[in-house]
Parts: sequence; C-alpha cells; structure tokens
Amino acid sequence: MTGPVIAALWSHWRRNPLQLFTLLAGLALATALWSGVQAINAEARASYDAAAATLGEGRYGQLIARDGGVIAQDSYVALRRAGWLVSPVVEGRLQGVRLVGIDPLTAPGGIGPVTLGEGADIGAFLAGRGQVFAHPDAVAALADLDADVIVAPDAAPGTAVTDIGVAQRLLGREGQVSRLIVAPVQPLVQRPLAEVAPELDLRPARGGSDIGRLTDSFHLNLTAFGLLSFAVGIFIVHGAIGLAFEQRRPVVRTLRALGVPLGRLVWLMAAELMGLALVAGLAGVALGYVVAAALLPDVAATLRGLYGADVAGALTLRPVWLVSGIAIALGGTALAAGGALWRMTRMPLLASASPRAMSMAAGRGARLQAVGALGLLALAGALALWGSGLVAGFGLLAALLMGAALALPLVLDRVMALGQGRARGVVAGWFWADTRQQLPGLSLALAALLLAMAANVGVATMVSSFRLTFVGFLDRVLTSELYVYTADADQAALLEEWVTPRVDDVLPLYSVARGIAGLPSELYSARDAATYRENWRFLAAVPQVWDVLAAGEGVLVNEQLARRAGLALGDTVAVAADRALPVAGIYGDYGNPIGQAIVTEPLFRALYPDIAATRFGLRIAPEEVAGVRDALRDDFGLPAANIVDQAAIKAFSLSVFERTFKVTTALNVLTLAVAGFAMLMSLLTLATMRLPQLAPVWALGLTRRALGRYELLRAVLLAVLTAALALPLGLALAWVLLAVVNVAAFGWRLPMFFFPADYARLGLFALLAAGLAALWPALRLARTPPAVLLKVFSNER
Amino acid sequence: MNARVFLLCLWPLAAQAQGFAGLGATADGFAVPAPGRVFDFPADHGAHPDYRIEWWYLTANLTGPDGTPYGLQWTLFRSALAPEAGEGWAAPQLWMGHAAVTTPEAHYVAERLARGGIGQAGVTAVPFSAWIDDWALNGIDLDTLRMTAGGAAFAYDMVLSATGPLVFHGDAGYSEKSAEGQASYYYSQPYYQVEGVLTLPEGDVRVSGQGWLDREWSSQPLAEGQSGWDWFSLSFDDGAKLMGFVLRGEGAGYSSATWIAPDGVTTAFADGALVATPLQSAPVAGRDVPVLWRVELPARGVDVTVKAINPGAWMEVSVPYWEGPVTVTGSHGGRGYLEMTGYE
Repeated sequence: MTGPVIAALWSHWRRNPLQLFTLLAGLALATALWSGVQAINAEARASYDAAAATLGEGRYGQLIARDGGVIAQDSYVALRRAGWLVSPVVEGRLQGVRLVGIDPLTAPGGIGPVTLGEGADIGAFLAGRGQVFAHPDAVAALADLDADVIVAPDAAPGTAVTDIGVAQRLLGREGQVSRLIVAPVQPLVQRPLAEVAPELDLRPARGGSDIGRLTDSFHLNLTAFGLLSFAVGIFIVHGAIGLAFEQRRPVVRTLRALGVPLGRLVWLMAAELMGLALVAGLAGVALGYVVAAALLPDVAATLRGLYGADVAGALTLRPVWLVSGIAIALGGTALAAGGALWRMTRMPLLASASPRAMSMAAGRGARLQAVGALGLLALAGALALWGSGLVAGFGLLAALLMGAALALPLVLDRVMALGQGRARGVVAGWFWADTRQQLPGLSLALAALLLAMAANVGVATMVSSFRLTFVGFLDRVLTSELYVYTADADQAALLEEWVTPRVDDVLPLYSVARGIAGLPSELYSARDAATYRENWRFLAAVPQVWDVLAAGEGVLVNEQLARRAGLALGDTVAVAADRALPVAGIYGDYGNPIGQAIVTEPLFRALYPDIAATRFGLRIAPEEVAGVRDALRDDFGLPAANIVDQAAIKAFSLSVFERTFKVTTALNVLTLAVAGFAMLMSLLTLATMRLPQLAPVWALGLTRRALGRYELLRAVLLAVLTAALALPLGLALAWVLLAVVNVAAFGWRLPMFFFPADYARLGLFALLAAGLAALWPALRLARTPPAVLLKVFSNER
Repeated sequence: MNARVFLLCLWPLAAQAQGFAGLGATADGFAVPAPGRVFDFPADHGAHPDYRIEWWYLTANLTGPDGTPYGLQWTLFRSALAPEAGEGWAAPQLWMGHAAVTTPEAHYVAERLARGGIGQAGVTAVPFSAWIDDWALNGIDLDTLRMTAGGAAFAYDMVLSATGPLVFHGDAGYSEKSAEGQASYYYSQPYYQVEGVLTLPEGDVRVSGQGWLDREWSSQPLAEGQSGWDWFSLSFDDGAKLMGFVLRGEGAGYSSATWIAPDGVTTAFADGALVATPLQSAPVAGRDVPVLWRVELPARGVDVTVKAINPGAWMEVSVPYWEGPVTVTGSHGGRGYLEMTGYE
C-alpha cells in the first residue's frame, strides 16, 4: 500500500510543480543565507585561530621591552636561568611575508604553525639550512629564500613560521628577540622579573587574542546578521510548508477515505518532507558556499585592513557549516512541519478542504497571538532596562524580533479596520475588507519582510555608525601626518634634534604602563597642541577640557577604563604614587583592550622624569610628507618600518570600509530577495484559493484588469505599512547591537548615528521586492480567462 | 604543531622498530663506545657531544623529620642531532631535564627542554656544572654538589657530599646492553650524603638521606627489538649496593648487574645472573606497571622483594616512564630506586 500512497502524495507535487519549486527554493534560500554567513564566520575564525596559535597572542602573557624595542637574547637566557618559563619569538617582514621565528622546545603547548607528521625531520627544523613553514599564499614570495620552504596549510595566512635561529638569520637579527611568551604555569620558585630583566614589562594574558577581540566585533555583527537571516528563512519555510499542507488536504482526505492509516500517512509525509529538506538543504549549502566565496575576499580585506588580521581570501569547505546548514534546513522543516502534521492528525476524517481554514484558524488564535506579542515585547523592555551581559543582549534581540513579528498582523489588521471604517464607496470598502481578510494568509510573508527590512536597517545603522566612529577615532589617534618610532632614548634625542627644524611640530609621545584604578592601564602624555584641540571628540568632557588638561588639573581616560572602574567626570584617579587628578574627559578608544589615561606632557615629565619618549608624531604640511619621510629614512637612517604614514593608513582604512559596505549591501539585497520571494510564494498560493472570492466581485462589474491593479496596490500598501513598522524595529535592533551587545562583549559602546537616505533606499528596495512579488500574480489574475471565473459559480447549487 | 607531537618526533618513540626514546637508532657519524677506554676525570664528568645521547641521572632516598620517606630525582639528558658541539641556535645539541619529588601520597614532576648552543643548558667539567634553565647541579668537583630544581608545585635545594669512590659498571665502565654488543659508558657515584629542603605545596620539609648519580653516554645502547628496561639501584642496610637492569624484548631479555661491596669494590655480573620477576602490577596513567618485584642475584645470596613507596610515580613527560623510590625486604633490607621504561 505504501507505494501507491507515495505515488498519490507525489502526484500533488507533479500537478503543482510551482509549489514544489517554492518549497525547495524557499528552503534553499534560507539555508544559503544562513550557511553563507556561517561560512564567512567560520573561515575567518579559523584564520584567527591559526594566527593566534602561531603567535600565542593574548592566550599567554608576554614580556616586551619597555621601550618598545628588541630584547637581547641574553635576557632570554638570563630569565630562563632565573626560573622563568618564557619562550622567545622573533618576528619581522620578509619580502612582504610575516616571518615568525619560534623555539619549539620552550614554546607553551599549542603554539606553532604546522602539524609535523610522524617522520618529520626535526633536525632539519632546528639546525642546518632551516625549514620555513609558509601558508600557501606566502610561498611564492619566499621563493629565493636561503632555507627550505614547506607549504603548510595550517599556518596563518600571510605568515611563515620557522625556527628562531633561522628567522634571526633570515631577518638579519642575530641575538635579538621580539618578545617572550610567558608559559601559563610558572615554577613555584623564581627570581623577581625586576631583578633579572628590569627592562622588560610583563603584559598579562588576556581572554582572547588582540586580533580576536577586535575582529569579534565584526563577527558579532555577522553572526547577528546570520541569526536574523535565519529567522527570515524559518518564516519562509514555515509559510511554504503550511501552505503546502493546506493545499494537500483534499489528497489527504481522499487517501484516508480510501483506508490509508493515519499513522502511515503522517509518517510518509514527514519522510517526504525530510527528503525534500535534505535536497533543498544541500542546494542551499552549495548556494551559501557560492555567496561566501564571492564575499570572502572582501571580508578578508576588510579584516586585514581594519585590524591587521590576516584571513585567507579563499574558502575551504569546512564540515562545521556544512553540517550546520543541513541541520538548519532539516530542523527548520521539522519545526515548520510539526504543527501542520499535528493539525492533520486532529482533522476529522472527512473535513472539507476549506481554503479558508488557515485564516479562520488564525482568527481564532489572534487573541493568543496578541498576548504572546505583548509578552515578548514586555520581556524585551525588561531585558533592555534590567538585563546585563551578552546572553541578556541576545535574549533582548530575540524577544524584540519575535514580539514584533507576532504583533505585525495584529497591527496591520487594526490599520485595515481603520481604513475600512473611513472608506468611501463600495470598491474602497471592499478593498480594505478584502485586504484585511487576506492578512492571515500573508502574515508569514509579511513577517519575513518585516524582519528582513529591520535587519537591514539595523545592520546598516550599525556598520555606518561603526564607520563614522572609527574614522573619527582614526582622525584622533592619527592626528599627526607621520609617526616615527625610535629604538631607544639616545636615538630619540638625536631624532628630535634632527627633525625639529624640518617639520611644523614635533609631538613626543610618552607612555608608561601602570595600574590605574586597580586595572592594568597605560598612562600617556599629550602636548597642548592645536592638533589635539581640533581633532578630539569626547564621549563626555568638562567645559574647556583642554585648558583643564593643560593646567595639569585633570586627566583624560578612555571609555574602557571609565566603564570598568565606574569612573565619571570629576572622579579622581591616581596617575602616580602621590598624584591624583579628577577625570576631565572620557574618550572612545576602540579596539584597545586595556585602560588608558592621558595627562598633559609637562605633568607627565614631572611625574616620570626617567621615562624618555621614543615615539613622536610629526606635523608636516601635506605636500612635504613624502620628502620628510624619505629624508628620515635616507638621511637620518630610520628603518622604513619605524615610520608610519597617517594619510596612507587613513586612505586604506576608508577603502576597507567601502568593502565592508559592499559585503553588507550584498547581504542586504539577498535578504530582501528572500523576503520578496516569500511574498511571491504566498501571493501565488493565495491567488488560486481566492478565486471563489474574486469571481463575485468580477461578476459585479470590476474588470479583471482592475482586479489585478488592486492586487498590486494591496501588496504595495502592505509592504509600505510593513516597512514603516520595520524602521523603528530596525533602529531598536541597531540600538541593542551597539549599546547593549557591544558593551557586554567588548566594554565599549558605539555611538549611534542615523542614516535617513540609507533607510529610504532600503524602503524603496522593500517596495520594489513586494511590487515585483505581486506583479506576476496580479498579471495572472488580469489574464484569467472569464471561463475560469465563471466556473466558480458552476459549483453553486 | 603541538609541542607534544613535536617532542615525540624529537625523542622518536613512535617508530616501533626503535627502542625506548630512540636509543636503538643507528649511529651515523657518532662515536661508538668501545671496551678499554681510559676515563679522563674530571673531563669525562662533562659532556661528550660526539656521542648521540648522554645523561647525568641523580636519584635520592630521603627521610623527613617525622620519618616520612621521600624520593627525589634530578636528571639531565643530552641528545645530539649531529656529532658536534656547535654554537647558537643552530647547535645540534638538545637538552632535556626531568625533576621529581615522590612522597608516599604524591608525585611531583617537571620537565625542561633547551637548546645547547645559547647557554640555556649544558654541562662543564671544571668547575663542575650541569644546568638547564634554573635547575643546576653545581660544585667545584663532583664530590660536593649543590642541587636545585623545581616545578609548578615543588622545588628543592640540596647539598650532596660524596663519601665513597666512583663505581664503574660492566667491563671497567664499558656496559654491554645486548648480546649483539650494543653498549654504553657507564659509571656511578652511589655514595652521596644528601641534606636539604623540599618545598612542597604543604610547606618546607627538611630532609636527609642518600643519593646515587649515574653517568652514562653512548650512541646506540639498545638493540633492535629491545622495547624498554627495568632498572634497579638498591642500597642495602649492611652497606652493600646493587645496580641491576633487565632490558626487555623478544625472548628472555638481557640482564646486567653490578655488586658494590661496602668498601666500593665492584663485581660485574653478565647476562642471566640477575633475575627480576614482576609480582604485582598497578594501574598507572592508563596502563599496568609492575610495582612489586622479586629481585634475585643468587651469586651474592640476594633474594629480595622490591616495593614501590608510591605506585603512582609516573613521569608524565614527553617520553613518559615510571621512576620512583622503593623499599627492599627479604634477604637484605634497604631502599633504592626503580626505573621502568617502555610500558605502553
């Protein structure tokens, strides 16, 4: 019996290939969106992990030279002999590749570039000519190296790893160490650091790597986007399956009347759906792969530019997101089909296949839905007011979105009722009433549109706010045209003397690491220069903040320090053992994991007379930058790596943001397309079901053309209303992401800016999507042969 | 590359054809021990870079003020990638240190690895100094030494004074390790009086007792098919001492023993004279390791039971093995150290 039942069930799809297509395509698109975002995330994360594993950044404490220069190898040996379990790293650029030299014997577990298989020649790695394990993208640049280059896919992108001795030789840095990695577990007995190597500073381990922390922000955005697109996708899947079940009721009724047991029918339909979900899921993962592969180079460039994190620009198929994509398709289908199958089991054997069943059921559930929506929105409000932490942040997001999606049909229903009440004329009255009557059938598609639109508004706001803030921040941290780094105090003194007559202004940058308000922090100096007065933007500041600072009567702190230590303007902070100052200003310091405080330069020099500035900002007329830079390098003999050209950095950062926008825009278009598709699907399905309702209107004298026009108008009206609701929702979303989630995750809040032009464009896109979705059904209606419309009446008894 | 994989490659244990810690590897380019060597002291207390492997291996049986027995280990291994001393990072001499303190309840282990060419580890003969990181065995000569080492949960600082002569194993220091003639140079200083302070998580403990230093170097001491060894250094209450080992492998294995009379006069016993029979095993680190032994040397009337003070004395290091203090009962009473390698 199973065979014929399958054939009968399948015949439904055969007769309605469009429905099968919409179901498969909806599932596939939802999966594609999800797995595309996941793929980008997974790829980027894998790249960081490789980088962090190579460099041990963040995971381990580090010893670095206080003057920012190199560490003598003798200091390393002295530390080891004093009981310090440290491991040396030498690092430099070689033909554009980041070359990292490690000592595998002392490196803490897990550090290292590559998995040496059994039989690897350790002797060749440690001694002799040397072996350089390079990421595939770095191999070509290292072609003529005086060492064996080995391709190591595990290595971080743009990075090559070798033994420290080989690295010192290749980089021409014999006897030098860039930094020392401190093993997490140190011996019970060891001599104090200040006694063994007073020139070194201990930088404690942090939760994640520097790179990881910074880029987490970007990933959080992408993850949020992935979740939102998944929500959109689930709505689509739910809609597709719900409608498919609605339409197959006659088949089910007939089969059951013919004696097919209910259990077997349910089982077969579930199996059939899972089979379809599997097919669609695979297609979706493949599609997501294409999307990710197309976007990843941009993402990689973005991350490299923003944070100096190397991410491979090429995608590798990772089982994690392959499996998660399929799981999403199957899980989403199960979720969506569960209710429909359950309803089928409860359906009386011979219940007529009423096309209005769904909307009537929806009407009955309206009250429940209202309660649910209100409850969720109230929960969101409560979380916004009293919640704290990442979980609460994401909970808030979820409650907000689900509450809004649930509330949407109810709000639209009220609007329609209002329109109906105010309508003049028969056609207008019918239009409003008919639109209202259609809402339950369209609500899923409209909810998808709402979420897609809100997600787009939210993400666009977030990314653009991020850009504005970050560019402002770059302006501040890079106020000088050139930044130069010197190796030690002597060179610094020479440089200051040499460079002063050649530039407009020299801004020495003093800094000292010290605990401030009980937190690891750095104290910086700032010269009272017009540069700073013009460029700095504060999150909060006392009036005449620069005068207060210049008088040595105040201190500036970064947002991280202010938040962690609970500092507000006017609170006093100890900047030296015997000196405390009130906080005069709080500034944004994005991406810096530790606290920072700034005092005026004379005060800094009085408090820390022993500390010499080794870094300088140089103010130069823009047209003279290149000349001074070349002179510094050629005449003064400063290595090119010690000179940072601010304009170049800024231009590069801006180009990076443009790429970020390309990525978000592409994702935006995709989500809107998915939502538009959901709408098309719903309208197409409704179109056939609604024929009995439209036929009388036609018979009363409305032309088919007019009917088609109204159909289009209705879709656009609903889209406009939905878009209008999506805007505040999207802004709320952006606010949660910037002010709640970001603070919980990173300790700093991004200020929120508004971008009305972007929103208008997005709204236009949404209307376009809805209009396009409605066009086909409307055209079909306009061209329905009168005979088909007449046939509706032939069944009347 | 994780450190563990790396170390396994470095001290190649993986290849089954090779013996414990790669000691059965062929000796390309390295010097090979030969009988009849005239030892040159103090130079021979130092390193022999033209040999592949070498060790300075000190174990001690100590007692606390309350009579608690403690075991202590300080070991420095040298492993050469090429038969030359070399300088800087490229020097082919690699060093590995193991330190341990065993109490009846606990066993503390630490390991250090270092490159030889940069001064992080090494051995000099005059004045005598063997070191890796902050662990050191220092003295004007080998007779009076200060010994320090430590790990995350322990440290020790001991003073050692020799009360007897050096002891040479096998044929005047040429110790055969298989019937095919694999051998090492092997001598000991088993007469150290040890005093010092153990720093344990519970606090400092003043201890005193006896120490035993083994010096051994070779280029291929294990034959193909030998998978590990059981090694005993026993100090009897009557002043006599016994060093004996059984190299396990296909067949009956290969045994060797040195009887050290109270006056320091040695007698070497060839393969078969010493019989070591495992009586009872204990589960340690996921495997069964014999922790109760019957050791017989009929030629000297020795028939003793050797019992681990702490069966859990597992050295969880890059090449793991069992090493711990033992008590001796039976025909002779006493104490000593037991080392067991190659238990998979």
